[in-house]
Amino acid sequence: MKELFILAVVTVFTLVTYYLVEPFAHSVMHKHVESEHFAYADLPALTKTGDAARGKDLVMGAGACSDCHSISVAGMPARMDAVTSAQSYGVNPPDLSNVGVVYDAKFLAALIKNPAHALKVEHKYTPESGKEHPMAFFAGAGGDIDQEIADMVAYLQSIAVKQDKLTPKMAFETACGRCHAMKYENWTQIGEKPAFKMKKDELAFDIQVIDYQDALTKYMGKLPPDLSMYIRSRGEHYISTFVENPQHLLEGTAMPRVGVTAASADKVIEHLADAGDTKRFEREEVGKKVMIFIVIFALFSYLWKRSIWKDLH
Amino acid sequence: MAHFTKATSVHDWLNQRLGIDTVRRVMATEYWIPKNINFLWAMGMVLAITFALLLVSGIFLLMYYQPNVNTAFDSVNYTIMREVDFGWLWRHVHGVAASVVFLVIYIHMFTGIYYGSYKKGRELIWISGMLLFVTFSAEAFSGYMLPWGQMSYWAGMVITNLFSLGGLHADGLVEWIRGDYVPAQAFLNRFFMLHVLLLPLAIMGVIGLHFGALRIPHVNNQDGEELDFEAEAAKYKAGDKKHSKVIAFANDFMSKDMFVVGIFLIFFFYLVFFHYDFAMDPVNFDPADGLKTPEHIYPEWYFLWSYEILRPFSTNVGLMAFGFAQVIFFLLPFLDRSPNAVPASRRGLFFIWFWAMLIDMIVLTSMGKVPPIEPYGSIGFYAALTFIGLWIALPIITMLEKKA
Repeated sequence: MKELFILAVVTVFTLVTYYLVEPFAHSVMHKHVESEHFAYADLPALTKTGDAARGKDLVMGAGACSDCHSISVAGMPARMDAVTSAQSYGVNPPDLSNVGVVYDAKFLAALIKNPAHALKVEHKYTPESGKEHPMAFFAGAGGDIDQEIADMVAYLQSIAVKQDKLTPKMAFETACGRCHAMKYENWTQIGEKPAFKMKKDELAFDIQVIDYQDALTKYMGKLPPDLSMYIRSRGEHYISTFVENPQHLLEGTAMPRVGVTAASADKVIEHLADAGDTKRFEREEVGKKVMIFIVIFALFSYLWKRSIWKDLH
Repeated sequence: MAHFTKATSVHDWLNQRLGIDTVRRVMATEYWIPKNINFLWAMGMVLAITFALLLVSGIFLLMYYQPNVNTAFDSVNYTIMREVDFGWLWRHVHGVAASVVFLVIYIHMFTGIYYGSYKKGRELIWISGMLLFVTFSAEAFSGYMLPWGQMSYWAGMVITNLFSLGGLHADGLVEWIRGDYVPAQAFLNRFFMLHVLLLPLAIMGVIGLHFGALRIPHVNNQDGEELDFEAEAAKYKAGDKKHSKVIAFANDFMSKDMFVVGIFLIFFFYLVFFHYDFAMDPVNFDPADGLKTPEHIYPEWYFLWSYEILRPFSTNVGLMAFGFAQVIFFLLPFLDRSPNAVPASRRGLFFIWFWAMLIDMIVLTSMGKVPPIEPYGSIGFYAALTFIGLWIALPIITMLEKKA
């Protein structure tokens, strides 16, 4: 039938144009990076079985973790507030309560041993630069260093919440939230912005945020972007592969490899969607209903056309 | 003064004052359309419906959008997308319709070119249609500025820069258009005004002209047959609907239109709910930042072909080529020297010209988006030359055309 032939011609030209301006053009413009499924294959596997009790002594004692890091679940408070910490270290060191569940064990071990290497920011800390990563590496407490690190990792895993209790928000705050604000979720680098009764209290808070951001900007070279709309501006695949290894997509970036597990990366992405694509479930629900309605509309319009045109042919 | 009698019904009361029966007869039941048409003839109705979708969704968006450089981005991405009930729906309908309307416009245009529907008294239909294309383009561009994302800002920068007219260095003109040295508050405000008032008014006016221009020469048909509309209408009115070559606008033509609209809306709402990304560029979900140029700046897909006619040449030559591309379609009825108003398939060389033009514009569209690296730079360059060459060849090949 002639009309179907014409429809086929129109459809083919439309699809060819679509293919050229969307999938094809984007493949030329953007490097495609395959996910490595957060395997961190470049890092050595853990060979020792850790002991959480010994790990606790190391974390609190010889490992000196708690000199800089708070561990709120273990009752260890931060020694300095977030702003002062950022002014001292460049960025506020993370609370260690949940790092055992958010970060990959292999990554944690490598991080304790050599932070700049595990974080893939060695290009920032070359001998010529004269700079050192603010987190001191762990040189061992006198015994087998690999055993000691395995113990510390075991301790961190033992105090962390269970995987199923880790919310998307917690994963985001631990993994991203000390560098990235998220305005649409009321999140600043020093925590959630409270509701203030008095304008001057709010201003005082804002000044703290600005002081923190200034220190962070000095440390990173530029203020890390607000992530509110990243789910729309970058998309899931880009975010996931970028978090896995920022150097693959943006060579030389100051953003460290985050080291999250695959499950935590999913949680982080879910939180980004909760900020920038809040209506995604409603959209699918409404979408289905509208499609059903419109198909019925098309059927009725076809029947109407037939009833009118039977007199015309 | 007319003589009024006591009304027997609401209908009669209105009829005495507004002549609604006459309006109905003239606009619908005795507005004659050829019977020999295919679904491409419904694109006008599809466009009218899409325009209505744009208008209605735009009205809802207008209730929450804030034309201020500090709040515009958040008013769209936070207020409309998160806070307002179904704000996301209006935005996606508006964004997708703005893109799809151009697809339908292009189909409508190429239908007109294929069937020669710009000749023999139909020149003004074509010209008013091209005016609509230009006003829709301006409307799309001004609307694209409003979310004040990275692509809004930088596309605004690039396009307004064109008005410096290359070697003429008319920087004063660019500043006058922007109201500032760079796109800023004055720029956003005036494009907001253009988008929500002046251009929609112009569009509605030109739609009126477009419909009016259709009235006397009538709608063309699939075989370019010249119909005696009065004789055929008389046949129809006498009840011989089967042998009459015309049908009434309503309900005959309308029922077919609505079926096509139904199919179109299935496609449209599929895009709105499940495949909207193509119409809403990811780059524009980063807020405008005058200190950070995006790696790739490109217009929306429907402007790519003319962008690619601008891009491969040096500044001045490129601007001239671009200017040529903007006006040349207007001249189609006069550049086509053949008296034959029949489908391209019966017009020899013109048939080749038609498909060459269509394919060349798709090549230009595709090359306009990718960065001008080889081989794409060269393909774009030769496609732009082909575009200009085809238009130069048009009067010649149509003069050689035999009378069909």
